[in-house]
Amino acid sequence: MNDFPGAPDETSTSLGGGRLRVLAAMSGGVDSAVAAARAAEAGHEVTGVHLALSGNPQSFRTGARGCCTLEDARDARRAADVIGIPFYVWDLAERFREDVIDDFVAEYAAGRTPNPCLRCNEKIKFSALLDKAVALGFDAVCTGHYAQIVTGPDGSRELHRAVDPAKDQSYVLGVLDAEQLAHAVFPLGDTPKELVRAEADRRGLAVAQKPDSHDICFIADGDTQGFLERRLGTRAGEIVDTDGTRLGEHSGAYGFTIGQRKGLRIGHPAADGKPRYVLDISPVDNRVTVGPVEALDVAALSAVRPRWCGPEPVGPGAYHAQLRAHGEPVPVTAELVDGELRVELAVPARGIAPGQAVVLYDGTRVVGSATIATTARTALSG
Amino acid sequence: MPYLDHAATTPMLPEAVLAMSAHLGSTGNASSLHAAGRRARRVIEESRETLALALGARPSEVVLTGGGTESDNLAVKGLYWARRDADPARVRILCSPVEHHAVLDAVEWLERHEGARIDWLPVDGYGRVHPEALRAAIARNPADVALVTVMWANNEVGTVQPVRELAAVARESGIPMHADAVQAFGQLPLSFADSGLDALTVTGHKIGGPYGIGALVLSRSAAPVPLLHGGGQERDVRSGTLDVPAAAGFAAAAEIAVRRQPGYAPAVAALRDSLVAGVLAAVPDAVLNGDPGPGADRRLPASAHFSFPGCEGDALLMLLDARGIECSTGSACSAGVPQPSHVLLAMGVEPAAARASLRFSLGHTSTEGDVAALLAAIGPVVERARMAGAASTRR
Repeated sequence: MNDFPGAPDETSTSLGGGRLRVLAAMSGGVDSAVAAARAAEAGHEVTGVHLALSGNPQSFRTGARGCCTLEDARDARRAADVIGIPFYVWDLAERFREDVIDDFVAEYAAGRTPNPCLRCNEKIKFSALLDKAVALGFDAVCTGHYAQIVTGPDGSRELHRAVDPAKDQSYVLGVLDAEQLAHAVFPLGDTPKELVRAEADRRGLAVAQKPDSHDICFIADGDTQGFLERRLGTRAGEIVDTDGTRLGEHSGAYGFTIGQRKGLRIGHPAADGKPRYVLDISPVDNRVTVGPVEALDVAALSAVRPRWCGPEPVGPGAYHAQLRAHGEPVPVTAELVDGELRVELAVPARGIAPGQAVVLYDGTRVVGSATIATTARTALSG
Repeated sequence: MPYLDHAATTPMLPEAVLAMSAHLGSTGNASSLHAAGRRARRVIEESRETLALALGARPSEVVLTGGGTESDNLAVKGLYWARRDADPARVRILCSPVEHHAVLDAVEWLERHEGARIDWLPVDGYGRVHPEALRAAIARNPADVALVTVMWANNEVGTVQPVRELAAVARESGIPMHADAVQAFGQLPLSFADSGLDALTVTGHKIGGPYGIGALVLSRSAAPVPLLHGGGQERDVRSGTLDVPAAAGFAAAAEIAVRRQPGYAPAVAALRDSLVAGVLAAVPDAVLNGDPGPGADRRLPASAHFSFPGCEGDALLMLLDARGIECSTGSACSAGVPQPSHVLLAMGVEPAAARASLRFSLGHTSTEGDVAALLAAIGPVVERARMAGAASTRR
């Protein structure tokens, strides 16, 4: 028996095979609506829930636009009604603010570049939400993420990339551990996005033509700079080159990302006439260092807070590493040393920012992830 | 399917369905002069007379509206504007903090946009306003009060207000008083003439009538500024083509609800009492909110409201829903993101306990089987919700 149409047969056995009580997280978008519909069609007892993550639950009464608005909640409720499942709105705003938004701001303040979607998956969807769901008697949480769970040769549940490489979201799920994956259902991993849209249309889900969301959900206008400025204030500092020569000024080091080229507002060109990139952000002295593109090349990195989707690997191993969302995987050797993941890149890669996650893959299988702490540059250190 | 949410809406009485459907196929604007118009007008006026009789009012005092929310808005805003226009000093509104949002939000809107000042009347732990509290609030400056608005009975906890005493206090100073009687109508004996009120809100769908129609009973001396301007229907207070089938359905339901009330109230109260006793036996630390009664002058006969310590109301609701038992965390209007009820907060209930609350409201179709189904489920459901409550505070 196949739990979810098109999903590998093993999925059913690994989830127990029978009728499950599934809590479907419904954002109001196409993907989570189709995911919930597929779970219900597979015979599970599905309940839809929309997470109110907005800091101000009053927006549910005043109809404010932005993150998790009344409109999104209505779209989710409408989809749940069409599918024919109960639907509730759960207020997780406080946990979201503490675990995702405050962390996001603190990471930028420390000169790093966080990925709030990973954080939300780890701390909200598959922690706060999952814990509450399990306590209420649910077996699993279902989301519209594009990733696959398959049963490996030893019977354990493995997280794999989606079949649609353009939509694959396994990177943002790389923070989930085996226990979290044991209660996760991803019905869309076997289907290309365009077919999901068509399916939503066929199922009469009015959200079929709703555009994908791309921006950070709690920064409704997409202006991350402005958001950070409101939270952290402005703090003038220097922009310098690799020799320490002062090239310009900025209003807050947190406004920069490693590898950034645009918006540096440096008056005079580099001596060699080549474009300059952000190489380093030092929050302590509020200094931003810029330099040539070659200096961005990273040959090795170390990462903290490792999380394993299955058993913890022993000894050094050869993997492919993805270093940011939608980044190309690169061949690496990785080893866990004193709880820290040491990664050596076979070929130097650019634009690697501390705070981002390194996710290790063995083929399509997600092995685990860790948060990049330091990078070793080839050019800068040489 | 045990339906324990009659305070949100109750099934239509078959007689109301018949009365309403008898007119759905007829043409006629009650304002027209020709025969079709006269036929429609006759139905409207007969319905008005039936409603007036049921409400202890004169037919000319019954203004048909689009429902309880509209009646509340018309009373609160309309009377405020009229009183202020007559004397610009009269901008103070005396209001209980346990009102339905249709009054609460209207009053707060007047404060934000129309220069009103709100004096919240203090309530006791049952949510009751005492006449002395109203007297003291008026005495602070009788000349600047625009109106008093206190509901007849609370929609969440069921506490009945001493409306007649309050209206008498307001009348001493010549101040008009409005009461939202949406929940009281059909459950308590209700006479506009005896109440001493100037305005009274009722609605159709809470008494077995149709949705989308209500009435504001309005003393003939009260002339609120209208919310809706147009053809001048309903004493020029509420313009709009009259809904003939809905008026007929509303009147049929009102006539039956009032005629049956003397027998219905004690019967439903007995059923409610068995529900309360059963819930407290199954969950010994559950807290009954509102006036515990007995007596229909203290508590609505069909309503029961509890806090279940350690639970989230939305979790309880979901677990009961999954077992086919339909109830509510409060008034249906605040359904969405769970917020602690303003009624419970005003009564001095802690926010955590306020969020841990459920309302069970019975009605004309309720049976012992409905109560038995709830009592069989409530113990395990509360236990399960407590585990979830503990899980959501764990980090």
